Amino acid sequence: MIQFEDVKKTYEDGREVLKSVNLDIQAGEITVLIGPSGCGKTTTMKLINRLIAPSAGQIRIDGQDIAKSDPVGLRRKIGYVIQNIGLFPHMTIAKNVGVVPRLLKWDRAATDRRVDELLSLVGLDSEIYRSRYPSELSGGQQQRIGVIRALAADPDIILMDEPFSALDPISREQLQNELIRLQQELRKTIVFVTHDMDEAIKLGDTIVLMKDGNIVQTGRPEQILRHPANDFVKSFIGKKRLANEHQPDELPIVDEVMVEHPATASPTRGLAEAVKMMEKRRVDSLLIVDKNNRLQGSVSIYRVLDQYGEESKTVADVMKPVEHVVQTGTSLSAALQIMSEHQLSNLAVVREDRQFVGLITRGTVVSHMAGMYASERPGESDHVAV
Amino acid sequence: MNNDSQGVMGWLNYMQDHAGYLLSLTWGHLVMVFCGLGLALLVGIPLGVVCAKNEKLAPWILTTANIIQVLPSLALLALVMIMLGLGFKTIVFSLFLYSLLPIIRNTYVGLKEVDAGVNEAGKGVGMSAWQLLFKVQLPLSLPFLMAGLRLAAVIAIGVATLAPLIGGEGLGREIYAGLNLRNNLKIYAGAIPAALLAILADIVLGKLQDKLKQGRRQAKV
Repeated sequence: MIQFEDVKKTYEDGREVLKSVNLDIQAGEITVLIGPSGCGKTTTMKLINRLIAPSAGQIRIDGQDIAKSDPVGLRRKIGYVIQNIGLFPHMTIAKNVGVVPRLLKWDRAATDRRVDELLSLVGLDSEIYRSRYPSELSGGQQQRIGVIRALAADPDIILMDEPFSALDPISREQLQNELIRLQQELRKTIVFVTHDMDEAIKLGDTIVLMKDGNIVQTGRPEQILRHPANDFVKSFIGKKRLANEHQPDELPIVDEVMVEHPATASPTRGLAEAVKMMEKRRVDSLLIVDKNNRLQGSVSIYRVLDQYGEESKTVADVMKPVEHVVQTGTSLSAALQIMSEHQLSNLAVVREDRQFVGLITRGTVVSHMAGMYASERPGESDHVAV
Repeated sequence: MNNDSQGVMGWLNYMQDHAGYLLSLTWGHLVMVFCGLGLALLVGIPLGVVCAKNEKLAPWILTTANIIQVLPSLALLALVMIMLGLGFKTIVFSLFLYSLLPIIRNTYVGLKEVDAGVNEAGKGVGMSAWQLLFKVQLPLSLPFLMAGLRLAAVIAIGVATLAPLIGGEGLGREIYAGLNLRNNLKIYAGAIPAALLAILADIVLGKLQDKLKQGRRQAKV
């Protein structure tokens, strides 16, 4: 439907906003352009209705190079919803919604009918709202008008530039749901720009992730969540969503949860040394590993103190063999199963050759869970008490 | 000073006795002001638009209008008279020059004040540059333009009292007659209506300005 072929955009001051964009936007889908600010997502969108001209490359709509079309005519055929709503404050709601039909010189009755139809489409009573001014409406209502204004002349393509980002969370949610409902009916080709991954996953049929003027990954939300192309995509999606996607069939594995450098001691340490180490690390047991890092056993503070009087003894003499270990790559649920079955307070993670790699404790499990469910957004994680 | 002792009553009597004459002077005064302002609107609004669309030209146009504005009114009248001779057209042209700056500047500011989102929306829905100007930008800058017109009108009504000096009509004629004849009543009969006209213009145009502001409510997100 819309094709970008090697599109570049460099501003006069030398800023390279788009490096080389190749993109195929499918008809009848919501394609979400997402990325951090300055990644070029809005620029990419505005190229489509020629609000911005590319420095190089070609953009085609239905195979036609848009550089050869009249920009004003092109824009009338493409719906446009902008971030800060952009209703005309001096026009009534009816005038605002009917602006494109009027530009296209529809006859008055047809325009009026269309306005009423669109108002009822988003649940606004046309008797009440037709003659009101934008400032008399709430933010959510205003953006509904913004959306139906874009639909007025029944364009095939609609561009939406962070349309819901200025709204309060409840209105945003409602408008997202309404958009999904409308889209089921209308099947427009929608290009939707956002910086909110939740919104992208909720609305997008296809997500196009951008960074520094390049497309990093394109795919269905499911695809991107399951197979992020690189660390940037992973970090942008956020651990929370990656983890959520794993459930229920893919719980995290023990490697993600374990402490990697728990308190260990070599078998030749004396008991006093062991006590000192536990005190320093603030733990109640030590894992004993030999010089090849193979797990030999564990000692608890109680056993050490029990034998403390005998100065010649080393930890090797008082340690207990470790009966339960899990191998790296084991799922967390299997590890938890073992821990609860044997009433263990911790569980060592080893490689195949019994090389010790880490330790799972109840504390690590809890903090991992907290990490999974705490939001990725800065500021909010502070509220999660572990 | 012959009529001084009669005070306010004397003045009112004088006004009544010469009502027809004074009304015709007032009418003449208004005609000059309207013509000057009308010309200033015709020329000033397009110049304001040019300023807003072309940042390179803006300082030139605004500075020129500014220089005209700071010339003393009597000096300006005299200069225009040298070019155009005595009479109506000279005073109208002077009033036009005097009204130009507030109208250009306020049109310019009004256009600059139009919200960037609204401009982008207009462009985005497929308005041509002219449609954007006439359907969105000028209507939205109307309250500013109105403020400029108000200022221009008050100045013009004042400057128009100098008209008789260069052979024009208006309430100034009565004032100068009063000065020449040392007749205070005549001075009052010219000065008070002129002042009232200015005040009235200020009030009426101020009301209109408020109305426009309310009518063209700004969208709040």
